[in-house]
Amino acid sequence: MAERVTEPKPASLIKPASKPAPAPAPAPAPASSTAPLIKPATGPTGPVIEARGLTRRFGQLIAVDALDLSVAPRTIYGFLGPNGCGKTTTLRMLTGLLTPSAGSVTVLGHELPRDAERLKRRIGYMTQKFSLYDDLTVAENLRFVAEIYGLGRQVTRQRISELLSTYALEPMRHRRAGRMSGGQRQRLALAAATIHQPSLLFLDEPTSAVDPENRRDFWERLFDLIDTGASILVSTHYMDEAERCHRLAIMESGHKRADGSPTALMAAMGARVVEVEAPDLRALKQQLAALPEVISAAQLGSRLRVLVQERISDPLAWIKAQPLKPAPTALDLARPSLEDVFVTSTGITSKSPRQPSPDPDPDPDPNHNASAESATGIETAAGAITEIKQHPGERQP
Amino acid sequence: MSGPLPSARRILAILSKELIQLRRDRTTLGMVIMIPLIQLVLFGYAINTNVRNIPAALVDQANSGLSRVLTQTVEATQVVRFTEHYADIAAAQAAIVEGRVRAAFIIPSDLSQRVARSASVGAGLETPPATDEQTSRPVAQWIVDGSDTMIAGAIKGLRAMPLTELLRRPANRATPTFAVALFFNPEQRTAINIVPGLVAVILTMTMVMFTSAAIVRESERGNMEMLINTPVRPLELMLGKIAPYIIIGLVQTTIILLLGHLIFGVPLDGSLLALAVSTLAFIGASLALGLVLSTIASNQLQAMQMTVFILLPSILLSGFMFPYEGMPVPAQYIAEVLPATHFMRAIRAVVLRDASLEQVAEDSLWLLGFMLVGLLLASLRFKKRLD
Repeated sequence: MAERVTEPKPASLIKPASKPAPAPAPAPAPASSTAPLIKPATGPTGPVIEARGLTRRFGQLIAVDALDLSVAPRTIYGFLGPNGCGKTTTLRMLTGLLTPSAGSVTVLGHELPRDAERLKRRIGYMTQKFSLYDDLTVAENLRFVAEIYGLGRQVTRQRISELLSTYALEPMRHRRAGRMSGGQRQRLALAAATIHQPSLLFLDEPTSAVDPENRRDFWERLFDLIDTGASILVSTHYMDEAERCHRLAIMESGHKRADGSPTALMAAMGARVVEVEAPDLRALKQQLAALPEVISAAQLGSRLRVLVQERISDPLAWIKAQPLKPAPTALDLARPSLEDVFVTSTGITSKSPRQPSPDPDPDPDPNHNASAESATGIETAAGAITEIKQHPGERQP
Repeated sequence: MSGPLPSARRILAILSKELIQLRRDRTTLGMVIMIPLIQLVLFGYAINTNVRNIPAALVDQANSGLSRVLTQTVEATQVVRFTEHYADIAAAQAAIVEGRVRAAFIIPSDLSQRVARSASVGAGLETPPATDEQTSRPVAQWIVDGSDTMIAGAIKGLRAMPLTELLRRPANRATPTFAVALFFNPEQRTAINIVPGLVAVILTMTMVMFTSAAIVRESERGNMEMLINTPVRPLELMLGKIAPYIIIGLVQTTIILLLGHLIFGVPLDGSLLALAVSTLAFIGASLALGLVLSTIASNQLQAMQMTVFILLPSILLSGFMFPYEGMPVPAQYIAEVLPATHFMRAIRAVVLRDASLEQVAEDSLWLLGFMLVGLLLASLRFKKRLD
């Protein structure tokens, strides 16, 4: 049993997020490298978003609880969390759509909610659900948005032709938005959100309806925007998306659980990762998860990914010492992934108690009920897109 | 561009967007034309306040030549049509209960004596004293299902029917107390009154319905989330939303009045200016009302229900079906609030009575005021915040 450090995800899908300024993306569209998409930000070196003690209550429910946030210019800042964790509520407070119950927000120097209308000219917002008009063509949608933002006729024409070529929409300029694919609609939505050259862009789960290939392409466009001086705030529940952000906040039921660059978060994670191979992984998983020192155990194909608390100095020896029924055939130390960070920093683990378990659990302690499925929804092999399922008992306000 | 005034460019952007969407929504566009067409033809023919051909039962106990002449004379008025014949009164009453007939005509067996007496009275001497039971007896009797006041009224109208045919000599008709000259509709055709009223009813229906769904639809399709993140102002959105429907309203008015003129001979004599001003004011008021409903409703079904809630009193209380003056005073107050009541008055005045702009100014101004208040209310109610 050799101790190896394995790569948690295939490198192809991961953007090296640790780099502060990413290299310009290879542009398939000819104009993207020449025409500036966004006016270079003039001056401000301070944070573009500054929030202190941001809180929002809906009746009894506290959707966002005392959130502190500081977003540096020319970065992509990510909100990672399951549905209902307060991501959309936070985004809406930062764009002035919702009035905070407590706390203060300054976005691009505008104090919210007082200055919300003036801020709207300087920000772009891409909604979670496609919110342009299905019965309008690509060009008609873009022209409508341009006119609403009060762009002049000349500028409108110029911006539309720029955006059509940047986002590879030229061939379908006369196609109705309702008849386009998910990826095309999403490029159109991004084009519309940037038509007035905002210095700050909000993206609410931008790629939830898009395949991995289009998602990768989409992120290249986002880095292009950063290059032209814009800042981006993006909410997501995809690990691979979160890993592309310069900086990341992990949210859970209205609280910020962690904040930092993805690599820093992985380095500071208070747990060790062990990958276990055994003939009967399902049985082994239950036994491992029942141990108090194990934070989570999740199956990844033919392996079990086990997070062990950091106070166990030699987790491999410690697991070997446990009286496990099908004895592990292989044990390896693995490098932590963002998903492991997420699991350790939130309460969402495979150990969280669930409703009536299918098979009776002999363990009387409900906290040790390990028969439930992994609540993080780790069902695919490492590297595949992992979606965080809704935490039991939580819901989007 | 960021001044307090609404930006014309943004209003135009919303207006042209609405027009494109409307042009691509073939069903709605079809309804814009078909609703006034079908309803005009249907109601123009169907609604008739002159009651005719009421099904009635005949109980002829005299069964004589005279009774048959009497029956034919009554049927010749076209008010009733004898569909059933019974030997006794009980059977006729049963037929009324069952709803097979609305009235029964009972000819007593002593018809000839009654007619003879009636004739002797009519011979021209003095009117017999009302106490004279012999001479003041009617010649026959009607039993009427009186629950429908219009039918009862029509048959009551037969009471003073002259029996010229029966008596085979000119009736000694009394001089009427009053002379009545019927202006504007001397032939008493219901369509003359109904067609201009239909403009008010159809416009209420289509205008309120289109706009009550307008804002709600943006929310339901998710477009509102995009719109509230842009610098668009509520008033700009409201004005851009209603502008296309003004054209639709004018098209519908033209269809109804033109076809009403061609098919039903409804006069189109009034001043076009007065017609245009009052119609535009009414279209504006209805659209503003729809917008207010749109800011209250949270989905299109609710918007539709609210439209019906407005539509029914607009048909029943506005004076379209029944004379406004005949309603109890509290109902008149309610009717005064409805734009349809004011427009009903104005358009009938212009189309039928050739009223001038000054003569319909009061109602038109009221409608304009209603539109402004409605627009203001809708703009204030519409929030660009989600809380």
